[in-house]
Amino acid sequence: MAKARGAIVVDKEKCKGCELCVVVCPTNVIRLAQEVNGKGYHFAYMEIPVACTGCTNCALVCPDSVITVYRLKQPVSEN
Amino acid sequence: MNIEDIIKPENLVFKKTGLLTEKPLSYCPGCGHGVAHRLVMEVIEEMGIEEKTIGIAPVGCSVLAYEFMNIDMQQAAHGRAPAVATGVKRVLPDHFVFTYQGDGDLAAIGTAETIHACNRGENITIIFINNGIYGMTGGQMAPTTLPGMRSSTSPYGRDVASMGHPLKMTELVAHLPGTCYVARHAVHTPANVTKTKKSIRKAFEYQRDKKGLSFVEIVSNCNSGWKMTPVDSNQWMEENMFPFYPLGVIKDIDAKTK
Ligand SMILES: Cc1ncc(C[n+]2csc(CCOP(=O)(O)OP(=O)(O)O)c2C)c(N)n1
Ligand code: SF4
Ligand code: SF4
Ligand code: SF4
Repeated sequence: MAKARGAIVVDKEKCKGCELCVVVCPTNVIRLAQEVNGKGYHFAYMEIPVACTGCTNCALVCPDSVITVYRLKQPVSEN
Repeated sequence: MNIEDIIKPENLVFKKTGLLTEKPLSYCPGCGHGVAHRLVMEVIEEMGIEEKTIGIAPVGCSVLAYEFMNIDMQQAAHGRAPAVATGVKRVLPDHFVFTYQGDGDLAAIGTAETIHACNRGENITIIFINNGIYGMTGGQMAPTTLPGMRSSTSPYGRDVASMGHPLKMTELVAHLPGTCYVARHAVHTPANVTKTKKSIRKAFEYQRDKKGLSFVEIVSNCNSGWKMTPVDSNQWMEENMFPFYPLGVIKDIDAKTK
């Protein structure tokens, strides 16, 4: 089955660890890191990158606009 | 498939608008002000009006909005943004002018300025962030605080008998003949973000077409003032704020009547 594939890049130092992206991701890609950034926040990262479809949900709700989203133009076949 | 094969310029589908500066926002983690800022800037960028738009910043947590919005801005005294916007617009009628105001700013100290600008039908746009509280000064009760809602000055909850009823500014200004477009939205879910952006776009288009004052309320969280996590505050907002402040377009003078 063909599947949309995407990826996000989080500006780790500007992330405030609010977790809003985590709860809106339909495929549970994102987690907050155990470690903290320079400001002391547990920043968001892709824990399950293969599950990202590039839907942009996380970026739409990120108050600090620190998420950039990429999506492949063609879905890839799963195997 | 490697991540590096996906993260390429040709696959880019979302990035922060260049009309937001690189300065980290001064807002608390999870605060809705950030998304609201971004949507206004995205609309201005998409309409290509950044060179002729002037924003009026309020007093409140968003007092520094001019640091984050990469367009011409003027900061106004507490509550006076609609009056300042009126002056700017009348001097520069070919420019787009908007105010960005919290509920303490717009619905308490600035009530008169808000109502009269709306009633005069000034050709400006008001973006109203309603978090039901005075965020900046430590979570005091605002005119918008819900009945029973706790704040630092209503620690046992707002008692309507002694503290009065919450003020629905948006419904109020919708009744005034000077307003052309009045809507209430939220920015905590992707679907709401999309709807809010559409309304902000419409508000600026109506200003372009000189239809009168356009007014978009965004019901938002103040997780610090409400003393909740960002995720919990958004859920509390859905359960408590939305029943009292229902979302949707309240007035649209151009709406097609069936
Ligand atoms: C004339 C005047 N009165 C009072 C204040 C104190 N003050 C600063 S911000 C604020 C309330 C802001 O609340 P709101 O507009 O709801 O914005 P928020 O901080 O919640 O975004 C008050 C009363 C002031 N700066 N100037
Ligand atoms: S929504 Fe943005 S600021 Fe909040 S945790 Fe996710 S990436 Fe960080
Ligand atoms: S783009 Fe969509 S699928 Fe990918 S991390 Fe963000 S919300 Fe999840
Ligand atoms: S105090 Fe409230 S309104 Fe102000 S930045 Fe923090 S969460 Fe946002």
